Parts: sequence; C-alpha cells; structure tokens
Amino acid sequence: MLFTEEHQKLRATVARFIDEEINPHVDAWEEAEIFPARELFKKMGALGLLGITKPTEHGGAGLDYSYSVAFAEELGHCNCGAIPMAIGVQTDMATPALARYGSEELKREFLAPTIQGELVASVGVSEPGAGSDVAGLKTTAVKDGGDYVINGSKMWITNGMQSDWICLLANTSDDKPHVNKSLIVVPMKARGVSRAKKLKKIGMWASDTAQLFFDNVRVPQRYLIGEEGAGFMMQMQQFQEERLFGSASTLKALDRAVQQTIDYTRERQAFGLSILDNQSVHFRLAELQSDIEALRALVYRTCEMYIANPDDMETVKLASMCKLKAGRLSRVVTDACLQYWGGMGYTWDNPVSRNFRDSRLISIGGGADEVMLGIICKLMGILPRKKKTS
Amino acid sequence: MPYLFEKEDHAALREQVRRFAAKEIAPFAHAWEEAEEFPRELYGKAAAAGLLGLGHPEALGGTGGDLSHVLVASEELVLAGHSVGTCVGLGSLGIALPPILRLGNDEQKRRFVTPVLRGEKISALAITEPGGGSDVASLTTRAVRDGDHFVVNGAKTFITSGVRADFVTTAVRTGGPKHSGISLLVIERTTPGFHVSKKLKKMGWWASDTAELTFEDCRVPAANLIGEENEGFVAIMMNFVAERLALATQCVAIAELAFRQSLAYARERQAFDKPLTGFQVTRHKLAEMQTRIAAARALTGEVITRYLAGDEQPSLAAMAKNVATDMCSAVTDQAVQLHGGFGYMREQMVERLYRDARLYPIGGGTREIMNELIAKAEGY
Repeated sequence: MLFTEEHQKLRATVARFIDEEINPHVDAWEEAEIFPARELFKKMGALGLLGITKPTEHGGAGLDYSYSVAFAEELGHCNCGAIPMAIGVQTDMATPALARYGSEELKREFLAPTIQGELVASVGVSEPGAGSDVAGLKTTAVKDGGDYVINGSKMWITNGMQSDWICLLANTSDDKPHVNKSLIVVPMKARGVSRAKKLKKIGMWASDTAQLFFDNVRVPQRYLIGEEGAGFMMQMQQFQEERLFGSASTLKALDRAVQQTIDYTRERQAFGLSILDNQSVHFRLAELQSDIEALRALVYRTCEMYIANPDDMETVKLASMCKLKAGRLSRVVTDACLQYWGGMGYTWDNPVSRNFRDSRLISIGGGADEVMLGIICKLMGILPRKKKTS
Repeated sequence: MPYLFEKEDHAALREQVRRFAAKEIAPFAHAWEEAEEFPRELYGKAAAAGLLGLGHPEALGGTGGDLSHVLVASEELVLAGHSVGTCVGLGSLGIALPPILRLGNDEQKRRFVTPVLRGEKISALAITEPGGGSDVASLTTRAVRDGDHFVVNGAKTFITSGVRADFVTTAVRTGGPKHSGISLLVIERTTPGFHVSKKLKKMGWWASDTAELTFEDCRVPAANLIGEENEGFVAIMMNFVAERLALATQCVAIAELAFRQSLAYARERQAFDKPLTGFQVTRHKLAEMQTRIAAARALTGEVITRYLAGDEQPSLAAMAKNVATDMCSAVTDQAVQLHGGFGYMREQMVERLYRDARLYPIGGGTREIMNELIAKAEGY
C-alpha cells in the first residue's frame, strides 16, 4: 500500500495534534483514570479527524479506509494506549454500522454530532456473562408502543463513564442467537441507564471503562440501526473496522517501545559497555523491529482488501489475523523491551512499563485471541461441524 | 505436593503457615495491595507465629530450621495469603540479615538480628544504585572513614521495605574500584543524613514498599561495619544462591496460585453453552501451565536439595531462577488470557499476579545476568 501526499498531510496533522493537545496531558489523565473526552473530541472534530471515512453529507471526509489506517497508525505517537483506544471507539468502533445502515434522521441526530466531537460515543456488546460469546448476550429490547424497552447490563464499556450515546447490541426476539439481535442507539441520559462502576484495569488508565445497567430504558423504535434482527451481522461487520483500527494503532506504539529502548540501552552502561552493545540485546531488538514490519505489511495488505471488498470473507479472515498477531506481538515486544530497562522498567512511570500494561488488552478486547482463532479456523474451513445435540 | 526433601516437621509448618496466612493476610490481600502498604503490626504477628524466625538460630530469637523451612513457608504464605507484595515485604529480612549472620559479631547480631526476628524492627538490603543495577562491582556510594565513623554519601534504589526499614544493610565503597573496594555497613534510619528520597511506584508488588534512599554526609558508627573492610562483595555473593532459590520458589507459588484461580474460573465460566473447560484448547492450556509449573518446581527442588546437602550450584541456581521466572510470566499471562475481560480488571487476583510476576526476570539479578553467570560458570 502506497501512501500519498494526502496521507502524509493527515499524519502530520495528527502528530502535531498529539504533541500539542494530548501528550502534555497524558500523565495527568493516566493518574485521573479518565480524560476529558468531550473537550478533546471537539478539537479533533474541528480538524476533521473524527469522520475520516464517514460520508461527507454528515460532516465526514468521505475518504477510503487507507486514511483511517494512516490515522490509527499515527495515533501510536500518543504516550499511552488509552487515548488512541478511546478515539478509535468514537471513529471506528461505535459508528461504522450507524454510518452504513442508519436512517438519515438517525445519522443527522447522532452521527453528525459525533463526527463533530459534540457527542461522545460508546459501543455496547460485552456483558458480564458474555464476552467472547457475543451470541450469548442477555440484554433485551422489547417493543412497547412506539418504543423499545431495554433491560440488561453491559461490561467493559470504553468511554462509558462519559459517553452521550451507546451503540447497543440487544436481543429483540427469542429467535436463534444470530438472527435475534439488533443494534440500537441508546442515549445515555435516558431514564434507567446507570453507569454503575468505573472499572479499574491493568493498563489503559487514561481511558474510562464502565459497567452499565439498563433498567426499563425506553428509546423510540426509530433509534434502531438498519433492520431488526440484523444486529449480529452488522456488529460482525463493525468489528472489522475495530480490528483493523486496533491493529494499525499498535504499530507505532511498538516502534516507540523499540526506539525508546534503543535510546536507553545506548546510554546505559554496565560492565564497561553500553547495554545496547551486548549482542544478545541488539540482535533481539532487530528481530522485534522485523516482526513489527511484518505486522505492518499484513495490516496494509488487509486494508487494501478491505477497501476493495469489505465484506469478503477473505478480508474478514485477514482482519482477524491482524488482530491476533497485533495482540501477540504487542505482548512480546513490550515484554522484551521492558526487560532491557532492568529495575527502571518495573517502575510505574516508565514509558515501556505503561506500554506493557496497555498492550496486554489487545489480546483480550475486541474479541480475544481465541475468538480470532475461531474465526480464522472457520474461514479456513477447519472448524469441526457442530454435532447435533439431542 | 511436598518436595522430596521435606520431613514431617515441614508438613506441620505448611499447615501452620496456611492457617496464619488464611486468617491474617488473605482477607485483606486486595485492600493492602491497593493501598500499597500492609500494616506494620503484621511483622509482630508473623514473629509471634514463629514465621520471621524460621531458618535462624534460637539463641538469637529465631525458631530454628534451615532454608528448606523458609522456602516451604514462603510457598504456603503466597498460596494461602494471596498477596505477593505482603509476602515479599515481610520477607525482606531474608536478604538483609544473612550478611550480618555470616560475618557480623555477637554485638551486631544482638542489636540487629534479634529485634527483626521479634518483629520489632524492619530490615532492608541496599545494593542497587540509580546508575547501576546488575553491575554490583561498579557501585559508587562512598564511605570514608573519619575516626569512629564512616561518612557515607550516595544513593540506593529499588530497596524493598526501604521506606519503613529501621536499618539498611548497605553496600558501600570504602576502597578502590571494582569488587575489592566494597564493604557492608548497617545504616540506621535515625542516622542524620539518611533520607528516604522517594517511595517508588511500580508495576506490581504494590503492598510492599520500595524506596530510593540517599545518604548525605551520613555518619555511621564504625561499629556497624559488617565483617572486614573491603570484603563486603563476597558476603553479598555468598547469599545469592539462597536468594535465587527464594525467588524461584516464589515464582512457583505465584504460578500455582494463578493456575488454581484459572482452573476454578474455567470450570465456572460458561461460553458457547459450556464451561471453558469444555474446550480442548482450554484443557490443553491448563495442562501446559501445570506442566511448566511442575518442571520449574522440580528443578528448584533439586537445587534446594543440593544446597541443603552442602552442594551449592551457582550455575544451576541461576538456571532455576530463569526457568521459574519465565515460567511464572508465561503462566500468569495465560491466566489473564483465560479470564478474558475480567483478567484485565484489577479486582481479579490474576491481574495482580501478572503484574507481580513481571518483576522476577528483573529482580535479584536479571535473566541476562543469570545467563552471563551460567556461561561463565560453565566455561564458554
């Protein structure tokens, strides 16, 4: 995939924005375990950064997905994983289905202001009892008059302590698990929505994560995205962007871990030479950088396929592979780098220590490694057929 | 399963430690880890239960036994106490006292060892400096003789229990460069010029405090010199095998605890209409975790057995440390993965154990230093 001058301009804008508006505050936001989403997103919206691939009639830039990948990759310039993730939820995880399937009215009401950064978005799939097993979720949305009445709870919701609306996956019938689900826009100020708990995590501290409860929450039926019963399919499509975006955003974060480690080990002396001058150290760093480049190539290739045909199963397979490898490699790279910082690497404020903690999420969030493997198996045609249970 | 070297008294000890840890530590484990501190009174309770005195002579207030008892107790303490930070905080005497016991005079043992074994004083060991961790022989904290005192200037970092320690067994440079210029001084916290310059925030081991210490014209009585001047390096080295075995044992215990948590969770948690243990990959993953724990424990056990028989194997001890630490990192990582989204959340024990585990390939000599040592010892 070749990037044009337009891509480079976008990258430069993002890098400058991060230097000026994000990185100076990251330490404080990490400490506070939340960041001012509305304030930050408004600034990003003004620069046109929150709707890169979204339709122009709703304030997006209407560009192809290579620009989203360039954007996500550049977000790796942030001194933490939390802010790229929170931004990614806003741009590529909570909004793709709304942009593709939502009614004009719904897009005007929710998509346009989200692209402007006026509204903060969340996506609600996981539940306390159903993480990887999306089909097993229990939240229900039952028609009553002109409304849906929603009951249930959602878990691990990024931006969940401050979002204005959530793209919620809920059961709208008792039909089979893959055809009984719908995506519904739920305003968080609706009566009966409670942000029960800000969850504490290993990493990603600057991003707030919530457990949410829905107790007889009423929303008008026009808040349904696309067709009723098509929610599972739409969410699976929406996951493609989530996974591509998530994978792309790890690339520069990993480059950063390696570069910071090179700088530190070049400086640090032990036994009369720099740590970097130890063969086992510089060989290892070369290996890690090679692995990162291989992941980058896979992400770029998948992006090209996604642009050509987003719903092709080959694309879905590749996107799942990206996510799997990004999660696994993030663990390897940050662990290996941290080691060369010695005791400094174990201290809380160390940049690689933060990267290590943040990165651990990639193999879990947005479908765990095991879910990716399941999808890949299925698309390779090597998943055993389910035995009929009598 | 008991180690092969264990006798009847070890079984009784395990039972006693289990009871103590279940009652005095486990109920508070999460809170203490979150608070980044455990109550000072715990030292007194652990002493009264005979835990701090393990491996130390009764004449000094100890409860007898040898390294095997110390390690068996520490395994149970982690397994039943659920708080690695608390265990390592309580255990800092295991590295602070040995030089005094080996080379100190009776007066020093009475002044420093006995109150620690009684749980009245907290001790720490200070070797690492901000400018040099693994490279012990290059340390730069200077102690200059001035009449009946040494005047100490310099800084130490990553000192376990250093924030609260009443005294710190400190490696200082009294002579020329490299190994032969190093001495050990006991520096008491009340000494003018002794500062806890920072309580360090770290990835894991939260319940245990870690300090950066600075010494500013700190006048330490010459009576606090442990052993002969300029012969401290050997005293430091002499304890390395025991320390590495202690670290390997902790890793085995942490991994075992993470495994138990994972197994219980995998049996309970339903996905796709069956428990996680209903999936072959889950069962195989659990089997691999347990296999790696068993292998690391077997090697650790062998090195302990040899050590108890007087056969110190520095190279094998370094291998045991690396095997156990890398095993522990891998097992706790898998434990987090098996817990899915819950594994990333701070309420889960495995989340904490994962962070705790990351210290071990770094602390007590990094993995890379162990490899250097093995290569040197094996002559290649």
